[in-house]
Amino acid sequence: MQALVIAAHGSHLNPDASDPTYAHADTIRETGAFDEVREAFWKEEPHFREVIRTLESDEVFVVPLFISEGYFTEQIIPRELRLEDWDPDRWESDGTSASQATLEAEDVGKTIHYCGPVGTHDAMTDVIIQRAETATENPDVGEGVGLSVVGHGTDRNENSAKAIEYHSDRIAERDRFDEVKALFMDEEPEVDDVTDYFESDDIVVVPLFIADGYHTQEDIPEDMGLTEDYRLGWDVPSEVDGHRIWYTGAVGTEDLLADVLLERAADAGADIGDAREAVRELAASVAETGADSGPEPNAGAGAGD
Amino acid sequence: MTVATDDLEALLDRASSGVAFDGLRIDETDDGYSLEAGENRWPGLDEAALGRALESSDEYVTNWRYWQETVGGEGTARRAFLRWCERAPLADAEDAADAEATVDAPLAVPERYDALRDGIDREWGQLSITARFVDIDDPDGERVYDLWHVDDADSDLADLEVYDEPRDAREIATHDDDGRYRPLKTAPTLPAGWAFTGLSGDDLVDAIGFFYPATIANWHRERRGALDVDHWLETAERQTGIYDVIDELPREAVEWMAEACCVDSQCLRRREWEYEDGDELDADGGDGPFPCREPCSLVIAAARKWAILESEEERTYELELTTSERNQLEELIDAVAEGRVDEIREADVNDGANRYRARYLRAKRFGEEGLEATPVDE
Repeated sequence: MQALVIAAHGSHLNPDASDPTYAHADTIRETGAFDEVREAFWKEEPHFREVIRTLESDEVFVVPLFISEGYFTEQIIPRELRLEDWDPDRWESDGTSASQATLEAEDVGKTIHYCGPVGTHDAMTDVIIQRAETATENPDVGEGVGLSVVGHGTDRNENSAKAIEYHSDRIAERDRFDEVKALFMDEEPEVDDVTDYFESDDIVVVPLFIADGYHTQEDIPEDMGLTEDYRLGWDVPSEVDGHRIWYTGAVGTEDLLADVLLERAADAGADIGDAREAVRELAASVAETGADSGPEPNAGAGAGD
Repeated sequence: MTVATDDLEALLDRASSGVAFDGLRIDETDDGYSLEAGENRWPGLDEAALGRALESSDEYVTNWRYWQETVGGEGTARRAFLRWCERAPLADAEDAADAEATVDAPLAVPERYDALRDGIDREWGQLSITARFVDIDDPDGERVYDLWHVDDADSDLADLEVYDEPRDAREIATHDDDGRYRPLKTAPTLPAGWAFTGLSGDDLVDAIGFFYPATIANWHRERRGALDVDHWLETAERQTGIYDVIDELPREAVEWMAEACCVDSQCLRRREWEYEDGDELDADGGDGPFPCREPCSLVIAAARKWAILESEEERTYELELTTSERNQLEELIDAVAEGRVDEIREADVNDGANRYRARYLRAKRFGEEGLEATPVDE
């Protein structure tokens, strides 16, 4: 038997923070690729501390639903899961290349394949592009359009920016969009000045965040000038300084993210059969009907409480 | 009652290596098979005779099939929980059985089969679980489970919102009756008005997992004497980042914290963790049904706040209050702490926590900076 654990932040204050975790877990449950699929949280239940004991499977694949390698993926999650012999060096990562490490969980005697976070997986590049397609309702979006990947950024963790830049570079290499730029909330170059960085009239802005919350639904739309007050909402696209801004909301809510979770587990040796194809078809059909498109303005604290 | 042919075949297949389960016992001996089903014994049977004897022991056969073939999972928490649901003997229950002997004594197969026709009720926190046969008139041993709020035990099913997908439990458990988010799943604030009916055993366990995550696993560990408790100090010392400070919380403040957070009125879990091994907290751990094996994330987050607040020096203030106003402060704090602010009637000015009384006190005693109190120790 094999189990998948999706390890996410969650929130004590905002019930929406865990929505993407549940949504992607359910998508993967539907594929039947794992005997057990379990959500686990730092701020909700089941807590990281207790999740492994709720599983019957001996082989457990843990994928952090986080954007960057850093404090949560390197310290908190392995510590709380009681992964014996964990050391960040086991990942041999340069900040965006963590793949997996196989360890024992002390309290339960199970084999844990501890994977790198979804945010730095190569397949995340496709999710960002899919997000641009969903938001613009244009599967061929790219020509004449600029794309900005937006991250939190922080002086405390250099890996935070690396993940954003990594995917921006990969998208730029594909020559699909006229311009691609990594921008940040808390470091230079800042998303506040988004129009300064683009010549294209149309700019798609994709925040590389897991859940919609305070940052993606309040801070960033106001900082970019999409709206005076987030409570009033904003249009997609919105006119700012003569540009049209297609703001997509958190990339983590994109259906295709379930595919990245599956790929992380498969890279670590999970047998997932044709689950990826099933998830990709599902995500494509949702994107086509536009059932999920357009962020809903939404109040409440983000995942960071 | 019927015994399906494949049940018999499955049992006969296993007969040569021996079967011993829930009062059913088959052994292969030198003069054929021997069969025990409860009180009845048949020695020296050939295969045909064994088949006939099993057909006359249909309850034991279908019970064997349900547990060994449908449920499976020998030694798992899932299986133990489902056995508990129908008051079946638990493999690990030798010690724990004493506690349950009076009201919840395990039932042997014939008694359990009688009871499963009517449904066997169990409570798990605020959840009420009924185990029953799928087919009550002609039971084939297949069980299903109904699940609802204990407050709805007497409700008509037609008055409840009926679900069959365990994941829907997540939605039900997200908000309380006032629409407030419930970050603590074991808070005694689960809303009523819903029912899951006809769940399989696996689906029941999944639904319970969404209502009360990890409670089955920890209950199972506790029964086996294998609950691993992390006491306050080791949990606190493990923290890093912004929670690094919580191990500085004074011991007496940990007492106050346990009294504030970890009591039956706030959480259905029973606190098993202490200050540290061999140093018990005076605060009562409560009578909750689920063992709490270490401080939860809400307690950790609150502890951080209190660790910061407790690092402040105490000071002496002088302020003018009548005796009734002093008493009113007590009533205000008590009303908030007990969560009864919403129950105080608009015009009940006899209650110190009445909103008009509070507004009057504020109008009289607050200046521009708030409460007019003068530090006297400067």
